[in-house]
Amino acid sequence: MEFTLHIWRQAGPDQPGHMEIHKARDISADMSFLEMLDAVNERILQEGGEPIAFDHDCREGICGMCSLVINGVSHGADRGITTCQLHMRRFEDGDSIYIEPFRSGAFPVLKDLVVDRSAFDRIVTAGGFVSVNTGSAPDGNAVLVPKEDSDQAMDAASCIGCGACVASCPNGSAMLFVAAKIAHLAHLPQGQPERARRARAMVEQMDSELFGHCTNHYECEAVCPKEIPVRFIAEMNRDYLKASLGAED
Amino acid sequence: MQLDAKIPSGPIEQKWDQHRFDLKLINPANKRKYRVLVVGTGLAGGSAAAAMAELGYEVEAFCFQDSARRAHSISAQGGINAAKNYQNDGDSIWRLFYDTVKGGDFRAREANVYRLAQVSNAIIDQCVAQGVPFAREYGGTLANRSFGGAQVSRTFYARGQTGQQLMLGCYQALQRQVSAGRVRVHVRQEMLDVVVADGRAVGLITRDLVSGAVQRWSGDAVVLATGGYSNVFFLSTNAKGCNVTATFRAWKRGAGFANPCFTQIHPTGIPQHGEGQSKLTLMSESLRNDGRVWVPKKAGDPRAAGDIPEAERDYYLERIYPSFGNLAPRDVSSRAAKRMCDDGFGVGPGGRGVYLDFAEAIGRLGEDAVRDRYGNLFQMYEKITGDDPYKVPMRIYPAPHYTMGGLWVDYNLMSTVPGLHVIGEANFSDHGANRLGASALMQGLADGYYVLPYTIGDWLAKAGPAPVDTDHPAFAEAEGEVRARVDKLLGIGGKRSADSFHIELGKVMWNKCGMARTKAGLEEALREIPKIREAFWSDLRVPGSGEQFNQELEKAGRVADFLEFAELMCRDALTREESCGGHFREEHQSDEGEARRDDANFAHGAVWEYTGDGQEPLRHKEELQFENLEPSTRSYK
Repeated sequence: MEFTLHIWRQAGPDQPGHMEIHKARDISADMSFLEMLDAVNERILQEGGEPIAFDHDCREGICGMCSLVINGVSHGADRGITTCQLHMRRFEDGDSIYIEPFRSGAFPVLKDLVVDRSAFDRIVTAGGFVSVNTGSAPDGNAVLVPKEDSDQAMDAASCIGCGACVASCPNGSAMLFVAAKIAHLAHLPQGQPERARRARAMVEQMDSELFGHCTNHYECEAVCPKEIPVRFIAEMNRDYLKASLGAED
Repeated sequence: MQLDAKIPSGPIEQKWDQHRFDLKLINPANKRKYRVLVVGTGLAGGSAAAAMAELGYEVEAFCFQDSARRAHSISAQGGINAAKNYQNDGDSIWRLFYDTVKGGDFRAREANVYRLAQVSNAIIDQCVAQGVPFAREYGGTLANRSFGGAQVSRTFYARGQTGQQLMLGCYQALQRQVSAGRVRVHVRQEMLDVVVADGRAVGLITRDLVSGAVQRWSGDAVVLATGGYSNVFFLSTNAKGCNVTATFRAWKRGAGFANPCFTQIHPTGIPQHGEGQSKLTLMSESLRNDGRVWVPKKAGDPRAAGDIPEAERDYYLERIYPSFGNLAPRDVSSRAAKRMCDDGFGVGPGGRGVYLDFAEAIGRLGEDAVRDRYGNLFQMYEKITGDDPYKVPMRIYPAPHYTMGGLWVDYNLMSTVPGLHVIGEANFSDHGANRLGASALMQGLADGYYVLPYTIGDWLAKAGPAPVDTDHPAFAEAEGEVRARVDKLLGIGGKRSADSFHIELGKVMWNKCGMARTKAGLEEALREIPKIREAFWSDLRVPGSGEQFNQELEKAGRVADFLEFAELMCRDALTREESCGGHFREEHQSDEGEARRDDANFAHGAVWEYTGDGQEPLRHKEELQFENLEPSTRSYK
């Protein structure tokens, strides 16, 4: 197969960027999207150019490192997958493909298609955890957790922190990411003692990182590789509101 | 090189308890005066960094990914073992200990494995308390499933994402310590050397992957939790970034490297689709319960699977191993698939694959029943290959998956370099020659949460603060070497990419030091690898500079180390004149093709000492004492 790629190139965070055209030739339909980019990079290198920088690691949809907007859609048009799980057989021979980074004010471009998502780490650092020191845990079966609650928690906890939700939201909102972490812990008994504090701390950190707010476009749910539902955002809003009303400071 | 395993005396059940009592403590107020450098933030490194910070140590943690949460532990699927005996099916610490030592083909250290089994239960408790959403029964208790190599159900799991959920629990514990100000996580930082001064590890040299800045870090102890080296094969189930650089650089600074030839090849990977393939994906081994493995009887048969009549198919596992059939053990079925493909019977692109056929099961059970059992796996397979396994047979092929070898450590998890500790897959200690399923997550968290935080305190208490800081000449020297190496890679000015050499090396390693090894093949590999290395250092092209984000430079540095390390692996495989676990020397097999161990001559860990570039490394032995378990032949009959 053969493709015409329009790829975002940017030398550094403070440099201007531009779209650059590259031909992808001799591509097998069985290749993943990132393997197609590997082949393009190999050719660029042969021809004396500088290969395109892009983030990737596990290449099986779980590490959350890969991050491309493909033809305007985070992780491409297929549902419930990451870019590394997208295969070239999903495209027509001869297609033009537009490849851009996960753009957002809170995700500055580091180089080409690589962005800085450290804001996500700072949001988790603000309170996305249970405060339990190693060694102080009771027996695993001492606290029973109804299967339904555990399943709900797992649905939310499956978030891979890739940032597709932010990149696809017209407001650049991180609410699906933040809500998923809050809901994961709010659905478990272990998360209850810090529930209110966690909701406040994480939402406030999210706001300070200049992520936008949710205005119900649901684009995040549509592109989420783990298909995390937006109802968790409603749950987060409820928790945050309750936490704010009950706040003493 | 002195190898003192420092195994405590006394009955095995009491060793760890007695040892913990004997370890020196550091006053809580004094702990904050010690700085520990932790490289790698997976289950081992992340849990160690969090647990040490909770105790009060100052911790600097490093990872090459863009967040601590993305370490490769996240990809583990199956589960984590613990001897809880929640199922009342006869499990115990002793049984987990026994299964793990036997599974490792009696090439692991008894005392370490017993301790691993002992602390396994506390890991589950801790993870539950952190909010890890393990699978539950309707009554609210934790669910278990059974896994390979055990007759009890002791595996805890979170859907098919156990590694991810344990990783997030550990990452969150780590970020909590970041918020407490006791840990600083340095992301997109790659460790390029260990600094040794005054006979102890005192620091690191790293490269900031965004700015290219080469930096010095001093600490009172160094911990490597940098994972395994399966990517020496280029194609493996490991993440693309996994590499041997950290442990290999430590080897060159004096840390012994133990059993590098002990690698695990998983039988049911999705085969390579072509030359452009970048990694291998695993399919759960459980599929072999209902799938039948076959190849065409005629070599190179061009027909589609469905057009090959029953009489012209070779169900070779059923033919060669009639009693086990398609459920032949991992190593046996992996090797059989390779032999079939080597002899020209393989199917699919490049002839590197065998069929795993569900037609018989679908006929017997109906499509719905098969969908119930394996629906999600079938779907994953279809996404990757575009084939519908309900209609055409799956194609599978063995895939490099895990490395049991690693830096040698004593009972305290310290390497032969004082102060340099090694945990998780990066060390060699617990899995012997073969790791059982669901044991890797257990070991990573055991080392990080429950072993290292104790033993490192003892070492710090005895050794005291590091006597040097980053102004010491050893830092300048190590930094100079790192810079020279970066410049050398950038200055070759050849034509080929780092990947192209990596692929070439991977093929040699896979063919000569993979699932089945021979003296002749290993000797050939030892002649071929230096040639690839020579070509690498004369024809590599790394564009750009060192003072920028440069992914080609990152790759080149890692490939350069693999090109040297591969030789050590082959040398180890060549000198281990026996077959055990994942190490299969064709010269040492029974008439039925089973591994033949040589306990009289090889019941030891082989520990390699670096003696200089271009010099033969020295092979040392740690003799293994089996005082509690009698080494026996693993029987599959």
